[in-house]
Amino acid sequence: MFDDVIFWSLAMLAVAAGVMVFRFDSMARATYALLLSLLCVGGEVLLLGLDYLGVVIVLMMTIEMAIMAVFMVMYMMNPAGLMPMTMIHNKRGAAVICAVVFAALAAGILLTPWPARRGRASADPTMDLGMSLMGPQMLTMMTLGLALFATIVVTVVLATRRGRYDRFGDDLKARTADDPVRGGVGR
Amino acid sequence: MSLELFLLLAAALFSIGLFGALAQQSVVMLMMGLELMLGGVIVGAAAVWHYIAPDAADGQVLVVLAVTVMAVEMAVGFAVVTALFRAREVDMTDMAAELKE
Repeated sequence: MFDDVIFWSLAMLAVAAGVMVFRFDSMARATYALLLSLLCVGGEVLLLGLDYLGVVIVLMMTIEMAIMAVFMVMYMMNPAGLMPMTMIHNKRGAAVICAVVFAALAAGILLTPWPARRGRASADPTMDLGMSLMGPQMLTMMTLGLALFATIVVTVVLATRRGRYDRFGDDLKARTADDPVRGGVGR
Repeated sequence: MSLELFLLLAAALFSIGLFGALAQQSVVMLMMGLELMLGGVIVGAAAVWHYIAPDAADGQVLVVLAVTVMAVEMAVGFAVVTALFRAREVDMTDMAAELKE
C-alpha cells in the first residue's frame, strides 16, 4: 500500500517533469526539470530493491545535470528564459510519431503474457551484480571500460582547439609543430 | 505495483524523450530528450529484473549498461557541441545542416 503511494507519486512526478523539460522557456529550468525526472527514475529503481544502482543513478544525475546547466548557460541563447521563445521543428510530426510509439509499446506491454516470477532476489543484490560483472559478465564490463576510455579520447580530440592537422599541416609532413609558443627547454 | 505499470512508466518516459529528440532544434535540448529515453530504459530493465528474474543479475547489468550509455552520450554530445560551436558558432541542428553545403 505504502509502496503503491510512493510508486504513483514518483511516476507522476517523473512524467510531469519530463513533459515540462520541453515546455519551459528557460534552459536552466528545463535542466532542473530533467534532473527531477531522472531523480524520480532513481527513486523507482530504489523502490524495486536495487539500492546500489538507485543511489548511483541519483548521484550521477545530480552531477550530470549540474554540468549540463553550465553548458546550457555557455552555449544557448536565452538561458534564463526572459523572453518566450521556442526552438522546435516539425512539432506535429514528432508528436504523432511519439503517440504511435507509446501506443505500440503500451499494447505490447499489456498484451504480452509475461512469464511468472522465477526465483527470489538474494539478500544482497549488489553482491550479485558485482559477482556477475567480475564473472560471467566480464566481457560486458571490459567493453564498457573500453567504451569509456574511447570516450575520454574522443571528447579531448573533439574539444581541442588545435589538432594535429593545425600543428603539422594537412599532410602531417611538417618537421616541427607550428605552435604559437615553442615548447621545450631553452625556448 | 506490477510489472505492467512499471513498463508503462518506462514507455511514457521513452516516448516523451523521443518527442524531445525529434522536435528540439538545439543540440543540448536534443540530448536531454535522449537522456529521458535512457531513463525509461533504466526503469524498464530494473522492473524486468525485479518481476521476472530476480535471481539472475542480468537485469542489473542492463541498468549498468544504460547508465554508462548515458554518461558516454552526455560527454560526446558536449564535445560535439563544443567542436561545432568553435567551427561555426552554431548550436542548432538545422543551422549545422545548412552550413554543410
